[in-house]
Amino acid sequence: MKKTIQYLFSLVLIAGLVSCNNGDNQKKLRGQGGLATNAAERVYVAPGEHDEYYGFFSGGFSGQLGVYGLPSGRLLKVLPVFSQNPENGWGYTEETKPMLNTSFGFVPWDDSHHPDISQTDGVLDGRWIFINGNNTPRIARIGLETFKTEEIIEIPNSAGNHSSSFITENTEYVVAGTRFSIPVPQRDMSIKEYKGNFKGALTFISVDQETGRMAIKFQLMMPGFNYDLSHPGRDKSHGWFFFTTYNTEESHTLLEVNASQNDKDFIAAVNWKKIEEYVNNGGGKMTPTRYAHNVMDMDSHVATSTIIEEVLTVDPLDVPGAVFFLPTPKSPHGCDVDPTGEYIIGNGKLSADLTVHSFTKMLDAIENEKFDGEAYGIPILNFEDILAGVVKQPGLGPLHTEFDDKGNAYTTFFISSEVVKWKVGTWEVLDRQPVFYSVGHGMIPGGNSRKPFGKYFVAMNKITKDRYLPTGPELTHSAQLFDITGDKMELLLDFPTIGEPHYAAAIPAEIIKDKSKQFYRLSDNKHPHATLKSSDVRIERNGKEVHVYMTIIRSHFNPDNIEGIKVGDKVYFHVTNLEQDFDVPHGFATIGANNAEMLIMPGATETLVWEPKQVGVWPFYCTDFCSALHQEMQGYVRVSPADSNLPLSWSVGED
Amino acid sequence: MKHVMSILAAFAIFGVVSCGGKEEKKEEKVTLRTQTTEKVETTSSAVSDVKPSERVDMSTKGIGPIKSLTLDETINQEMAAKGKEVYNVNCLACHKPDRRFIGPAPKGILERRTPEWIMNMILNPEEMVQKDPLAKELLMEFNGSPMANQNLTEEEARQILEYFRTL
Repeated sequence: MKKTIQYLFSLVLIAGLVSCNNGDNQKKLRGQGGLATNAAERVYVAPGEHDEYYGFFSGGFSGQLGVYGLPSGRLLKVLPVFSQNPENGWGYTEETKPMLNTSFGFVPWDDSHHPDISQTDGVLDGRWIFINGNNTPRIARIGLETFKTEEIIEIPNSAGNHSSSFITENTEYVVAGTRFSIPVPQRDMSIKEYKGNFKGALTFISVDQETGRMAIKFQLMMPGFNYDLSHPGRDKSHGWFFFTTYNTEESHTLLEVNASQNDKDFIAAVNWKKIEEYVNNGGGKMTPTRYAHNVMDMDSHVATSTIIEEVLTVDPLDVPGAVFFLPTPKSPHGCDVDPTGEYIIGNGKLSADLTVHSFTKMLDAIENEKFDGEAYGIPILNFEDILAGVVKQPGLGPLHTEFDDKGNAYTTFFISSEVVKWKVGTWEVLDRQPVFYSVGHGMIPGGNSRKPFGKYFVAMNKITKDRYLPTGPELTHSAQLFDITGDKMELLLDFPTIGEPHYAAAIPAEIIKDKSKQFYRLSDNKHPHATLKSSDVRIERNGKEVHVYMTIIRSHFNPDNIEGIKVGDKVYFHVTNLEQDFDVPHGFATIGANNAEMLIMPGATETLVWEPKQVGVWPFYCTDFCSALHQEMQGYVRVSPADSNLPLSWSVGED
Repeated sequence: MKHVMSILAAFAIFGVVSCGGKEEKKEEKVTLRTQTTEKVETTSSAVSDVKPSERVDMSTKGIGPIKSLTLDETINQEMAAKGKEVYNVNCLACHKPDRRFIGPAPKGILERRTPEWIMNMILNPEEMVQKDPLAKELLMEFNGSPMANQNLTEEEARQILEYFRTL
């Protein structure tokens, strides 16, 4: 009780300090960067020129991935991942619907959090980008040639897939840790019996180096804490993975207070190479479960969803020497490893200091069994023995740390709304800059890899308030770009972002831009309902199901007159875009469709279902302005009563 | 009074402008004719009223990668068959072999155009409709519907040309 009061009191104190701080900052520094310097020049990308970096910002509660150019902050594309996107038909077309299938059925939304770009030898290689869905646990893989979500795998035995999706330095694994621990297997039990009975799954998903195809290799069934964020070891610590935990109290209610009791929570250090070896030698237990694995076939552009009914689980106690706990003060959020792999930074979000663990000391403590007890049989290493250093009082509410290529670290502070630059090794604070307001994650291109590109730092802020013209109570989120090439960080630009970017990953544009696909070859189109020749244009009826095999090219549909459709039919429009040129998509929309439109890329085939409910003659048209004759790109469907005997007929260009 | 003056002035300007507009349009038409006439004079003796699609021009080679091409006496049937396949996938949606559709029919095209012009039209349509006088006129004859660049290889375009010889 006493502890609680003390704690509450200090929170009130902090809150008081912070609000004063903010007030001052707001007045003095609002225009910082824009007026006194040539900041505008440094973020200006002249018309027709390209940005230096691709920035991939998680779409947060939009469920998507935003692609921005840096340094301009220009939005280049919203890439649909976990949420339906009526703009192009993602999750509405027959081809893409299976991508959103789960063990819970069709789930058309998620909360996307942490993108991570594939690596080779710890360096960004730009093959794929991965991102997690937090709500209904999933990991997606997006190809960086097509900028299309090519695969989504559901994570069983998990809930709140937050400690994800982070990859090992050769993209051997993409890792997903559960934020909410749950009963495993799920069962009807009292919530009050949480403690000691719930489990926290840490999932290692292998990635095929040729195809990128994901498969769950094993799940490590950990004690029922909350697993918040994770980071792979790098270079010397490659082979290990680090996960922050909170709620080691294992409270099931009012976590705001009850999960903040312990002086220290843990960073779980997992020797995944050891577990991989154990599993490869037949270790682990195949356990019944259910999860969906959805794959987009890139030759046909048709997705399939497979339900898998078992997963290999590993009890950490069965692999001695593979899992240890590193005591870390006060509910750490970010868990970040510096580019050398030596330092593991725990961003204790309720701590006044930043705790840095040493990988070398950790190995030594393990070797010499310098333990300070155990939790559920997992050894807890002695805090003092593994401590590399402490960054003293750098700010309030540290969340996350990224690194540049000059041995500096940049930590975001949510409560005191600032970014603090400090020296790795001396733990000395070098600079601090306010952000507007309440920053979550920060990002330096390559800043979580072995090779950061230390030119810019982007703060992803949780609170926007007065930064832009007001748009009613609901505002966009805001990012801020800093130049970090000098001794002092310099604010250059604010730009709005979709959803709530929790994290971002950026890569020099030249690594991927020349590989970006311009169109799909018709000769490679393996869609089962493709219409590759005008002579194959046709309509087939199978009971109430009608399949229209249609082609489009500037600027007509073939067929564009259709008769013989009846009320109660289910009409599948399989539309093939015969264009073979860059940037000539066509759209397809028809009146009263209960789903969306669809965009068909050149050379691809997509399918939209239409269920006509009213007798009449109904139009369809192209939605994407394609040529001077776009407005002429239209057609009609005659819908007859359900009992009509009118035969199917179709034509184009006939009087 | 001042107001009336300014309104009048505005009308006057408006009048000038609209007249100007009309005149310009007329001029354009005239220019077009002149061009046609010139072309006809330098290339063949056909009448200027002949539609661009029916006009014979066996000297213009067009603009694009194909500078000079000599056809064999005999048609290479194997190449033509390949050309038909490529044509059916990439071109047929707009070009019916023997009747006008979105674009002109290729039947008999080798009696009206040089092989170079045909291949350049396939391989480089954007530049052709901007710069080649005949292609420009064709674009207007076919309602401004642009010839799509289907990104074919020279080999594929050559195969299509061989197929055209069989039509």
